[in-house]
Amino acid sequence: MGDKVLMKGNEALAYGAIDCGADGYFGYPITPQSEVMETLMKEMPWETTGMVVLQAESETASINMVYGGACTGKKCMTSTSSPGISLMCEGLSYLAGAELPCVVVDVVRGGPGLGTIQPGQGDYFQMVKGGGHGDYHTVVLSPASVQDMYDFVGLGFKLAFKYLTPCIILGDGVIGQMMEKVQLRDKTPRWTEEEIKKISPWACTGKKGRKRNVITSLALDPSVMEETNLRLQARYRKMEKEDVMFENYKTEDADYLFVAYGCMSRIGETAVDMAREKGIKVGLLRPITLFPFPTAEIDRLVPQLKSIMSIELSSGQMVEDVRLAVNGRVPVGFYGRMGGSVPSPEEILNALMNFIK
Amino acid sequence: MDVKDIIKPENMVYGKTKLLTDNILHYCPGCSHGVVHKLIAEVIDEMGIQDKTIGISPVGCAVFAYNYIDIDWEEAAHGRAPALATATKRLNPDKYVFTYQGDGDLASIGTAEIMHACNRGENIVVIFINNAIYGMTGGQMAPTTLLGMKTATTPYGRRADLNGYPLKITELIAQLEGTCYVTRQSVETAPAVRKAKKAIRKAFENSMMKKGTSFVEIVSTCNSGWKIPPVKANKWMEENMFPFYPLGDMKDR
Repeated sequence: MGDKVLMKGNEALAYGAIDCGADGYFGYPITPQSEVMETLMKEMPWETTGMVVLQAESETASINMVYGGACTGKKCMTSTSSPGISLMCEGLSYLAGAELPCVVVDVVRGGPGLGTIQPGQGDYFQMVKGGGHGDYHTVVLSPASVQDMYDFVGLGFKLAFKYLTPCIILGDGVIGQMMEKVQLRDKTPRWTEEEIKKISPWACTGKKGRKRNVITSLALDPSVMEETNLRLQARYRKMEKEDVMFENYKTEDADYLFVAYGCMSRIGETAVDMAREKGIKVGLLRPITLFPFPTAEIDRLVPQLKSIMSIELSSGQMVEDVRLAVNGRVPVGFYGRMGGSVPSPEEILNALMNFIK
Repeated sequence: MDVKDIIKPENMVYGKTKLLTDNILHYCPGCSHGVVHKLIAEVIDEMGIQDKTIGISPVGCAVFAYNYIDIDWEEAAHGRAPALATATKRLNPDKYVFTYQGDGDLASIGTAEIMHACNRGENIVVIFINNAIYGMTGGQMAPTTLLGMKTATTPYGRRADLNGYPLKITELIAQLEGTCYVTRQSVETAPAVRKAKKAIRKAFENSMMKKGTSFVEIVSTCNSGWKIPPVKANKWMEENMFPFYPLGDMKDR
């Protein structure tokens, strides 16, 4: 185990990348996540672990650099914020179609358009439902602390290589900018060339003693393209079985449930405590994986609940997945703020009281 | 004498490069892609770098380049090949990395990626096929389409006031500090083919010398898009393309 260090969420992403043995980071500055590349450039990991760090000319270029690196079996990542994610969606679709592993961080800000540099969760639909063209999903992790930001880079690569898919870390401006203590982990060395050939026999490592490896998302023959789609869908079903992650906060005896992710789960936990002081038994479910979504856990909790409320920094996006899981059995409410505004715990509790009265 | 008596190893004067696969080329008769593919395969074979070369194919007619040259390939999104090549080379400096791009891919949708990869001086090879038209999508105007040239989207000929001017992107690339070798070649005659091969070989050799980007444009024909048969197309190219896109080295250092 390493030291405990006070740092920003965005800095934690940078240290998480170096410490988990990432091979390459390619990025483009955008608020509120520019500290990721700034920290990497200051740390110069190319001098220590050999990790490549490069400032690209655009988010379009940085996601395609990630694609190029991923083709060779390397652990590559990028980070950006909402407008940048829109530009990266083309690349994400290609990465998903070509079945390439990588980690992509979205430190979400308020939108639409250029929006605001204050926090938001309005990219839920875009990231959880796919984002780019075609029929695909990615693993989507939701960090709720600076420690998560640090740990999820390594976790993201683990899942990305397990399922041969991009893994999204869907953060928000609060988690990116706030400072907390982080427990650093033992450093994982970067994979050697021999390890890469073993772990990813499909990778472009130079044709020798095998058939040539071709990384492509193109298949003009519909029967071949359908095969690719079926393979992808089978992987998504496997994720739903094996890698759903969530956290329960005081749900054992709860009559009412908040569902919240990212910074909203932190605010929601305070609202839960305030409600319990008033004698109202409220709990909170925090999805850690937004895809695959903890549908089964909501299903398990529904029989004990009188109602559920999704709280988000959006006009109501995750609430659609909550409603699908609840399937009309109990009322599902929603409270959200938009455009970079963040609600207080009192505000959330009031919203719940209004909903259940 | 029977044909079997003639086909013997000792009588062989020319053979298909072993790096070219047996897949049937999908390119139209007279198209320059086939010749350029052969030259790249020969260069890789002669340099003995099959196990050290990674190709990056574009979107356009050459999207299937990976079916023809027997090396590892990455297939890029439209215009993004130089971004893929950047990361591939930086993460694998011992590999020879090249992109193979057409004029729509390189000089239109991928202008930002090619300019910045070249300006950073990435140690990669860029093979740029300029046939002044979009082949795969059915003969639409390309950034390099000549003024007056008829295409599916300029049915009365390209007009500067309507469509802007043809882009001499190779001249722009030659201005960038990051490039070490920028040349314009063609493959319509035997001497031209020999010169083009020499240029491609030099570009591949440069990429291991940490000198920066090597950029080889091949002014090419597109018989289907131009709607001109092969022999006439070569003549048309010499008379119309070469005056605007003059052949030769623009930079070599």
